[in-house]
Amino acid sequence: MSKIADILQKNESELLTDWMKEQLAAVRRRDLMNDTDLRTQSTELLREITQAARNGNVTDIGSPEWTGVRERLSEISRSRAKQGFSPEETATFVFSLKQPLFRRLRAEFGKDADALFSETWNATILIDKLGLMTFAAFVTAKEQIIAHQAEEMLELSTPVVKLWQGIVAVPLIGTLDSNRTQVVMESLLGTIVNTNSKIAIIDITGVPAVDTLVAQHLLKTITAAKLMGAECILSGIRPQIAQTIVHLGINLTDIITKATMADALAIALQKTGRAVVRVEKVAAKAGEGNQKEAVNGIETAERKRA
Amino acid sequence: MERIPILRMGDFLLVTIQVDMHDQLAMTLQDDLTNAIAKHSSHGVLIDISSLEIVDSFIGRMLANISGMARILDAQTVLVGMQPAVAITLVELGMSMPGVRTALNVEAGMELLRELVSATRVEMGDEDSEV
Repeated sequence: MSKIADILQKNESELLTDWMKEQLAAVRRRDLMNDTDLRTQSTELLREITQAARNGNVTDIGSPEWTGVRERLSEISRSRAKQGFSPEETATFVFSLKQPLFRRLRAEFGKDADALFSETWNATILIDKLGLMTFAAFVTAKEQIIAHQAEEMLELSTPVVKLWQGIVAVPLIGTLDSNRTQVVMESLLGTIVNTNSKIAIIDITGVPAVDTLVAQHLLKTITAAKLMGAECILSGIRPQIAQTIVHLGINLTDIITKATMADALAIALQKTGRAVVRVEKVAAKAGEGNQKEAVNGIETAERKRA
Repeated sequence: MERIPILRMGDFLLVTIQVDMHDQLAMTLQDDLTNAIAKHSSHGVLIDISSLEIVDSFIGRMLANISGMARILDAQTVLVGMQPAVAITLVELGMSMPGVRTALNVEAGMELLRELVSATRVEMGDEDSEV
């Protein structure tokens, strides 16, 4: 058994005081964590390390005796990643234990060079391993945050809006890849069912480029909507994109395409038996007794079916 | 043997698929439906698949086939209530079902079917008057 465990146990309070001093000298982030919390964290971790060093092998932190230390360290590392500590600051938390520990070892062994060397060696291995683990946990936590944000962005970036009774629209912004298309497709089809919409307008004004893959994704979405009984209108096709589509030989002839969302809405209203009429005409026609409602200067009238 | 009921509503036949289709069931439905169209000389078929949650390429092709067969027997087919997941699956399988008419729900499907059938009937009426 290594002497490190004894030293840790015997000098716990001194070690802790020194460690705290080292930490505060190296990193001062009072904005992220106050001294009391830091002290609690350090105390708990040191206690776990002492416990594990007494029960198990000091240099093998993969063994079951070290589970407690590993869990606590990962937890600390994760919380620091979320709080916004830098990688350097997080690594320093563990590495700053090295100097106080070495000082204790020196005081303990004094002139016994052999023993001092072997124990220092063990202590170095231990702290390096703990440091590496801290860093790994830190990076994992950061990656999780990034993945989570990417997922959120995916959902935020594809809203499906209801334009009118029975008409929904998806304004697409950004590049379309397979993942996004899947999300767009699912949310669009879901909304079609929920709102009972017969017409869906897909607006690609915000799509920077259309290549064969993007076109294929769009066609898939449109076909799926058609299978469910809804019709799709593709709008917001810029001149360059129209050129690209023709040059690439993409066949969009079966699909209604419009240059602007306004044109698409007009055709959608027409297809659902509605029309937009000027207000003056409404006033003139009001005497005729047609059922109409005025909405912000425009007016829609159900077209009488022949 | 398990069968999918085919209901007759005047000129139309109504098929509601409420169980997950297996191949034998699909073949039986195909048989029964074509027979029923011929027997009742129906002009429209409405297939409601709103409860269908799992499809494979066979079922997809079968649905397309039924539509084709009905057309030969002078009946219009409308497929209604396809679930988003089913639509995505069919598209991923490369089945866009051209020539199959679809509607969001039974109500919209009935309306479409009436339109389709009345269109063919008017033509017949015109022919009669010309004679």
